[in-house]
Amino acid sequence: MIGEVSALMGRELRKLVRSPALLLMTMIQPVLWMGLYGKAFNLTGMFSIPEDLLSRLPPDSLRVVSSAFNAALTRFFGSPEVDYFSYVATGMAGVIVLFVSVFSGMSVAWDRRLGFINKLLAAPISRFSIVLSKVLASAVRAMVQSGLVVLTAIALGLRLDTAGPVAVLLGFTALALLSIALSSLIIAITLRLKNWEYHVALANLLNLPLMFTSSALYPRAIIPDWMRPITDINPLTHAIEVLRSSLLYGQSFDLMASLNHLAYLAAFSALCVVVGSYFAYGTLNAER
Amino acid sequence: MKAVECSSLKKVYGNVVAVDGISFDVEEGEVFGLLGPNGAGKTTVINVLTTLIRPTSGVARVCGYDVLTQQGSVRRVIGLVPQDLTVDDELTGMENLRLQAALYHMPKDLARKRIEEVLEQIDLNEAIHRKVSTYSGGMRKRLELAGALIHRPKVLFLDEPTLGLDVQTRTSIWTYVKRLAREEGVTVFMTTHYMDEADANCDRVAIIDRGQIKAIDSPRALKSRFGYDAIELEVVQNGIDLKELLSNVSGLKGIESYNSRVLIKAEGGEEVLPEVLGRLISSGVTVNRVEMRKPTLDEVFMSLTGRRIRDEHSSKEEVLKQRFNIRRLRA
Ligand SMILES: Nc1ncnc2c1ncn2[C@@H]1O[C@H](COP(=O)(O)OP(=O)(O)OP(=O)(O)O)[C@@H](O)[C@H]1O
Ligand SMILES: [Mg+2]
Repeated sequence: MIGEVSALMGRELRKLVRSPALLLMTMIQPVLWMGLYGKAFNLTGMFSIPEDLLSRLPPDSLRVVSSAFNAALTRFFGSPEVDYFSYVATGMAGVIVLFVSVFSGMSVAWDRRLGFINKLLAAPISRFSIVLSKVLASAVRAMVQSGLVVLTAIALGLRLDTAGPVAVLLGFTALALLSIALSSLIIAITLRLKNWEYHVALANLLNLPLMFTSSALYPRAIIPDWMRPITDINPLTHAIEVLRSSLLYGQSFDLMASLNHLAYLAAFSALCVVVGSYFAYGTLNAER
Repeated sequence: MKAVECSSLKKVYGNVVAVDGISFDVEEGEVFGLLGPNGAGKTTVINVLTTLIRPTSGVARVCGYDVLTQQGSVRRVIGLVPQDLTVDDELTGMENLRLQAALYHMPKDLARKRIEEVLEQIDLNEAIHRKVSTYSGGMRKRLELAGALIHRPKVLFLDEPTLGLDVQTRTSIWTYVKRLAREEGVTVFMTTHYMDEADANCDRVAIIDRGQIKAIDSPRALKSRFGYDAIELEVVQNGIDLKELLSNVSGLKGIESYNSRVLIKAEGGEEVLPEVLGRLISSGVTVNRVEMRKPTLDEVFMSLTGRRIRDEHSSKEEVLKQRFNIRRLRA
């Protein structure tokens, strides 16, 4: 089965490398969001003290005021050093994982439309390999794109303050778990759908609500109370939190909190993989 | 052992009976054709035999393996070229073949050897290292054929292998299929709605219509059993009623006349023709031209079902399908 999966993944990855245009196009949206939100709405800027005010304040009260501002920044953005652009950019590195994973169903729908799936099904391979290779390929693609988003953000001025390679690895592990979870669900659903247009509708239905209810754009602390429970169960929030603190918070990286997020993601992803492969297997085996 | 056995095979989709309880066998080494119009159920039969769908009822075996209970064994002994083009556009021909070999768990060196062997047969030459998106329709079909043969299947299923290709390419595809079948010793199970192709290439054909098999035999036997010879005359009638004059010629099965043209259906045209000519000439009809055609499978189909194989509806569907194929070839 390892041979089957690696052969099928080889196909997917070759296609990934051979269509850089597609890779770049998928990135347009997150990069736009990043520029639009991060550069235009300078949320953290609201908490900085204007220069003219600064010069007129007595030194003592200056210390008090700036520590109050710093406390507010820390409360909202996790660290007083974080600028809003970096905050949104790391959010987008998570959002692109969402986009890529949700659209992973597209390649299944396409293979099915072209009859490629039938050729696989007529071969003596495990139905599970077919699904697994799709899920893993989607996760790899999501990682690559997410990495590219981070690099783009650095080029645009992201203030990197990593908590070390292990922390960054944890951050990307969180993204991988998220991608595996979402891809297996979507792929299981897409295999059932007779028409790829439904898949596009489904993807649009999922993408924006999941993005806006996560902590990609706004700190959890300023999210309205009624929405906060949604933010907290949204797996995207958990993935973004780990990645963000690993990339931006430097020494104040909170390992325990990150491990908690990872545990949540691992559980979610295990659930999705089990449910997803159960349905996908059933569809590929017994359907029709 | 039979290559394929079906008995009372039935497949129902909702309220559409796609395959309506058919039974037939295919001998080992045969080139067997399933012949029928669009929607007859050909693809459904192939899908059942290649384990892609489950029959509603009935039994089907490939090389003795049951398609329901021994799927793995069936899959190992078959090769499939589906109706749609399924090679991957973004990979090279060679990469497609390697992927195919991997799907059949062939070790690397064996795969390399087999790929060389099949490549010798299909004349793709250096194009094999190009992306498939640069191939013509005929090249793609050849690549599909090669891929389906990599693992030395015992039975090769071809679903409308020449659909949407031009006549010349169709002929060359058949040359390849027959050559491969001979050199590799596989049984070929194909579907088509091109009657002439089935006639020229199949050892035996089954005529299927609306999910039922109407007749099954060699093309030659079918034609002599169900088809009539057609005699076409160009005459100057000189006021004589031809229908009445010829009505009692033995072996004559029908007569139609349009102005100077007369169409006659006959059993044993070789005997009917001299008799017809004798009567016409002795009654003073001027005969300017005579032509006799042996029956085709088209006529066999018509006499079995009362319809031509390509009626309005199906030809429209075919045009759409062809357009889809062409669009894909260009994309
Ligand atoms: N998945 C399906 N769901 C519902 N009906 C189906 C399905 N597949 C096939 N049919 C119906 O079953 C009948 C037989 O279809 P099939 O594809 O086997 O025909 P065919 O002989 O291969 O035709 P063609 O020459 O167009 O390929 C058709 O009426 C078709 O509409
Ligand atoms: Mg068909």
